[in-house]
Amino acid sequence: MTTPQQSAVSRPPTVTDGTPAIRFAGVHKNYLAHGESVAAVKRTDLAIAQGEFFSLLGPSGCGKTTTMRMIAGFEEPTAGKVYLDGKDVTGVAPNKRDINMVFQSYALFPHLNTYQNVAFGLERKKVAKDEIKRRVGEILDIVSLTGMEKRAPREMSGGQQQRVALARALVNRPRALLLDEPLGALDLKLRQQMQVELKRIQREVGITFVYVTHDQGEALTMSDRIAVMNAGVIEQLGTPRDIYERPSTRFVAGFIGTSNIVEGTADRVENGLALLTYSQQDRVVVPCGSAVRAGDKIEVSVRPEKIDLHRGVPPVSATGASVLSGLVNEVVYHGTSTNYTVATAAGADFTVFDQNASNADDLADRGDRVYLTWAPQHSYLIGV
Amino acid sequence: MNRLKRQLAPYFLVLPGGLWLLVFFAVPMIAMLSLSLQQGDVVYGYRLTFHWQNYTDAISGYHDQLVRSLIYAAIGTILLIALSFPVAHWIAFYGGKRKPTYLFLLLLPFFVSFVLRTISWRQILTDDGPVLQPLKHIGVLPDSYHLLGTPEAVIGGLVYNYLPFMVLPIYVALERIDPRVVEASRDLYASPALSFRKVILPLALPGVFAGVLMSFVPMASDYVNSEVLGSQSTTMIGQVIQSKYLQTSDYPTASALSFILMAVLLVGIFAYARALGTEDVMKVAAR
Repeated sequence: MTTPQQSAVSRPPTVTDGTPAIRFAGVHKNYLAHGESVAAVKRTDLAIAQGEFFSLLGPSGCGKTTTMRMIAGFEEPTAGKVYLDGKDVTGVAPNKRDINMVFQSYALFPHLNTYQNVAFGLERKKVAKDEIKRRVGEILDIVSLTGMEKRAPREMSGGQQQRVALARALVNRPRALLLDEPLGALDLKLRQQMQVELKRIQREVGITFVYVTHDQGEALTMSDRIAVMNAGVIEQLGTPRDIYERPSTRFVAGFIGTSNIVEGTADRVENGLALLTYSQQDRVVVPCGSAVRAGDKIEVSVRPEKIDLHRGVPPVSATGASVLSGLVNEVVYHGTSTNYTVATAAGADFTVFDQNASNADDLADRGDRVYLTWAPQHSYLIGV
Repeated sequence: MNRLKRQLAPYFLVLPGGLWLLVFFAVPMIAMLSLSLQQGDVVYGYRLTFHWQNYTDAISGYHDQLVRSLIYAAIGTILLIALSFPVAHWIAFYGGKRKPTYLFLLLLPFFVSFVLRTISWRQILTDDGPVLQPLKHIGVLPDSYHLLGTPEAVIGGLVYNYLPFMVLPIYVALERIDPRVVEASRDLYASPALSFRKVILPLALPGVFAGVLMSFVPMASDYVNSEVLGSQSTTMIGQVIQSKYLQTSDYPTASALSFILMAVLLVGIFAYARALGTEDVMKVAAR
């Protein structure tokens, strides 16, 4: 088992480094719904590295839970193979897979106390009594539940039950830990605490975590890598930064954070930059490599916090940057930032986040004419 | 005024139930108790003489029937658990969308009168009926074999008639089990059999407990099955009470027997609950 680097800026372990902890080869899953066969997961290839914190992110019904259940063995793929540590486990029962799961709503054994819940897996594996005692004590210490051994699940708070569920899985030292929306039932404060906690625990135990969530914030803050799923397909797989800064499809751009999307025809392509012009001064510049030729219809996405908002005509130094003029429709004060909605000359409404760094007053009011500018590298082509 | 109302509200709420219990439970019980201590006969009437000997006479006279009833009910209960658990388990875990249909099918025969159904069993089990006749014909059973009049027939009738009282409570307990809890046990290296023994069974035991209470008590006091499917040698205590009341009009003995049966059942139930309270049952099974 490899331990991920513990440096302050922890970099994701590379996928090619050794055998992947979990690998999908052409995995496909069909369900029968109302007499019709529906694909929940479509021909998916996937490799999750040892010790990685990997998130499956997507809206409900996107196939992320089915993907996880195929790793655990509760579902079998209609086609394709699942490998754990390089071994084909397709068709192997869940109790014979060296993988444990933290269930949504925890699924603790209601008739057993904390100690018995945590010891359940070790007892099934016929671990010696003193060894069980030692390991349960150890893991309860890690999840800060020492002293709760005799409590029944119903006598504990949601956060405590959550940690029992985590301990119950981790104590077995599985090859990988699957977490199915584990923080969904907790309130915001506790959820944020548990996010930090989970990340710390994962670093301490060095086990591969596969984390299923629909909460993009959770996925972005905790993961080494994220697979964004939609309609049974992995739309994009990459580091949180990749996914956020360079969404490769319209779905990802829309699902992760807020994106402004403009459509248009590339009027000119030069030096790997495509230019969309809407009027003499309104234009969008986007790096395009060799993917776009003049005359192509393209879609460009820009993150709201990358955009500068100006009251007057922007300075000439902004050459090469994108410029769009527009009218402010809405100003919403958010404390740390102010959000503007601007109807632009490109036809689309833009959202702009302006950090409330020093200026006490807002930059613009409703109905003001403003100019939006952003550097070329903040424009991304999507769906190419 | 308002405070007074608020203080009185609980008493008003308990009034309908309280009145019901008073009129339909307490009054008849006291009347029966008094009846069980009376002496006399139908022609000259009965008088309350606190004749406690009614009880000792009833015990010495009908000891066999009482013990037999308890034994039949005990055997019936064990058979009921063995039959009902798989049925309830199947409906709860594999019933899918048809669960209500299966439950309805289970209850469907019980829309027909209890006595009528038992009488039809008599037709089915009779010596030249559709069950025994073919078996005798092909020589599996000797010609002299019969079912009617035997303890087996009576216990079979009891089991048949009280099946829903065991299936339904077990079903309710199983139905409440979160399927993810069962999955969790499978995830934690339990084979299907171990998962059943360590998780499903302990969580279903409160249902079994309720089912035992709901079927053992009426089976022990049943008076129809032995009457219709049994013989002299299978007489149960319920039959004795019934015939004392309705045929020989020996009200004091009938009442005394009723109280004895009630006392035995109550003591049995309390002992059972003490020994195997639901919490303890689960703990024992979890070991």
